[in-house]
Amino acid sequence: MEVTRRKFTKIGCKVILGAAAVSAIIESVVTNGTAAENSPAGEYDWNEHFWGYVVDTRKCIGCGRCANACKLENDVPFDEPVYRTWVERYRTKRDGEVVIDSPNGSINGFPEDIPPEEVKKAFYVPKICNHCDNPPCVQVCPVGATFATKDGVVLVDYQYCIGCRYCIQGCPYGARYFNTEKGTADKCTWCYHRITKGLLPACVQACPTGARKFGDLKDPDSIVNKILDEERINVLKLDLGTKPKVYYIGLDREVR
Amino acid sequence: MDNLIWGYVYPNEVEIQWSILIVLYPYITGLVAGAFIASSLYHVFGKQEIKPVARFALLTALSFLLVATMPLLTHLGHPERGIEIMFTPHLTSAMSGFGYIYSFYLIIVVLEIWLSFREDIVKKAHSSKGWKELMYSALALFSYDISEKALHEDEKLAKRLAIIGIPSAAFLHGYVGFIFGGIKANPWWSTPLMPLIFLMSAIVSGIALLILLYIASMKIRKHAIDHKCLHSLAHYLWVFLIFDVTLELLEIISMKYESLEEIDIINRLLSDKIAFTFYGVQLTMGIFIPFVLLLLVGMMKNRETLKMIMISISSVFVIIGVFAMRWNVVIGGQEISKSLSGTLTYVPVFFSQEGVLPAIIILVIPFIILRVITYILPPWKDMEEEVT
Repeated sequence: MEVTRRKFTKIGCKVILGAAAVSAIIESVVTNGTAAENSPAGEYDWNEHFWGYVVDTRKCIGCGRCANACKLENDVPFDEPVYRTWVERYRTKRDGEVVIDSPNGSINGFPEDIPPEEVKKAFYVPKICNHCDNPPCVQVCPVGATFATKDGVVLVDYQYCIGCRYCIQGCPYGARYFNTEKGTADKCTWCYHRITKGLLPACVQACPTGARKFGDLKDPDSIVNKILDEERINVLKLDLGTKPKVYYIGLDREVR
Repeated sequence: MDNLIWGYVYPNEVEIQWSILIVLYPYITGLVAGAFIASSLYHVFGKQEIKPVARFALLTALSFLLVATMPLLTHLGHPERGIEIMFTPHLTSAMSGFGYIYSFYLIIVVLEIWLSFREDIVKKAHSSKGWKELMYSALALFSYDISEKALHEDEKLAKRLAIIGIPSAAFLHGYVGFIFGGIKANPWWSTPLMPLIFLMSAIVSGIALLILLYIASMKIRKHAIDHKCLHSLAHYLWVFLIFDVTLELLEIISMKYESLEEIDIINRLLSDKIAFTFYGVQLTMGIFIPFVLLLLVGMMKNRETLKMIMISISSVFVIIGVFAMRWNVVIGGQEISKSLSGTLTYVPVFFSQEGVLPAIIILVIPFIILRVITYILPPWKDMEEEVT
């Protein structure tokens, strides 16, 4: 095959543009994948951060990739009905009935079990531990095995938890579960092993629409603070005084 | 599994966390508190008519107190770490006080029993031989002073201990109520009335148990029943039933009257999930029928056998009713979703660590303990002397 100068230039341009585009995409993915700048591995100081989470319910498409990524990332048993994060689907039918579901925590997506013409309104709501600033689960733990870190994350000490499950009763959001393998309570850690290395929680990283956002509340320029500054936000079960740090955009009154 | 769920429950709620064993725990501590308070009627308030069962009531309280930790330890994911509740109690938790309140109360009950039985123990130590002499001497702590003066001192100390014992018994059980009442996440539990409801139901269950054990013991020993004592216990049972039902109804009525956000799911719980165990067993069988029967007992003259049967039936009903009350709180509270949009169903398993079988075993053990203790420390001495 004869390659003219014109053709050669064309291919060359394509290669260069493609390479540039790919590197730009990789670059953007990597940058989006960092929770905070200036937090290189090994030098994490929890006094410098205070984490927050934003859920934009308007953007969620109910694909369940977040719930899937979470189970993979955190070794949450796949064959048991336990979830660190899940997605709920709310459908208001034409007769006014509200149908809520979250089959297998949304991991396999959502079946279309109601004919679309019968549905008046529908939306998805991702759920996750709220890492409350006034956490009732920490309050009720009889041995102090669950605690809030200085950077605002509620964790469980698996070597200390006696497995009484009082915290599971105390959580108003159903965010905790009993890990039968560990014999202890278990819950979302906001992927503490990742965020302390400057990465994003797996669910945030996996979300294809940007419905989940994570960032440092101590950093005025963080994505979470930008949203809190601009949007009208709400939290779940405000009246319980738990002071959640998962902030919702577009929260419907049906959502609890 | 799906047909056990109605509406929407949070995905993690599918498994009920607190099983029949946790129903048993407040039930047992309730019996303990009730039996102790019944004995205090004599020890503290000097109600002479209770005297025949006062010491037996203490032994009953101890027998049940000794197994009170069993359902909890069996339930823990890590029973070997349970002791941490004593070493590193996390004081904001209502549950963290358990170890200390329990131990304190156990000491009070043991001391109270020792003081009440000391004279008998010393006499037994003197009159028996061999290992029995050694056992009773050890129980007497090798102190054999049973002079008038010493016994009078014992009695004074016993009364003081019982005075401390009443608030501790009330605290031991009221605090169990707070374990549930302080959980804002659960609208069926969260009420400041819960400790009082628990306490009142504890007292009625303890008195009812004492009545049944007393009648059974007298029948086994072929001994005449002290009807004055029985009627007095029945009277207190009736009085505390009134407090109990007042509080229980007050809670439901104010919930329904205020009709907050959670009322729909509470109504569903009451009309569907626990309708039978709540209205049927807890209220009708456990309170209303005994209330009427005991009222009739109070009005009837003579006919002691019939009255005894009515008191026995009332006591059996009360004991079953209070178990239903514990069930309705512990299981009922978990059968509604915190999403307030769904319910789930607890299906007890028979053979499992948290099944019905261990629950039955744990409920039988106190009766065995009681049999052994009453063999070592016969509580009926006073009456025998009166009869012979």
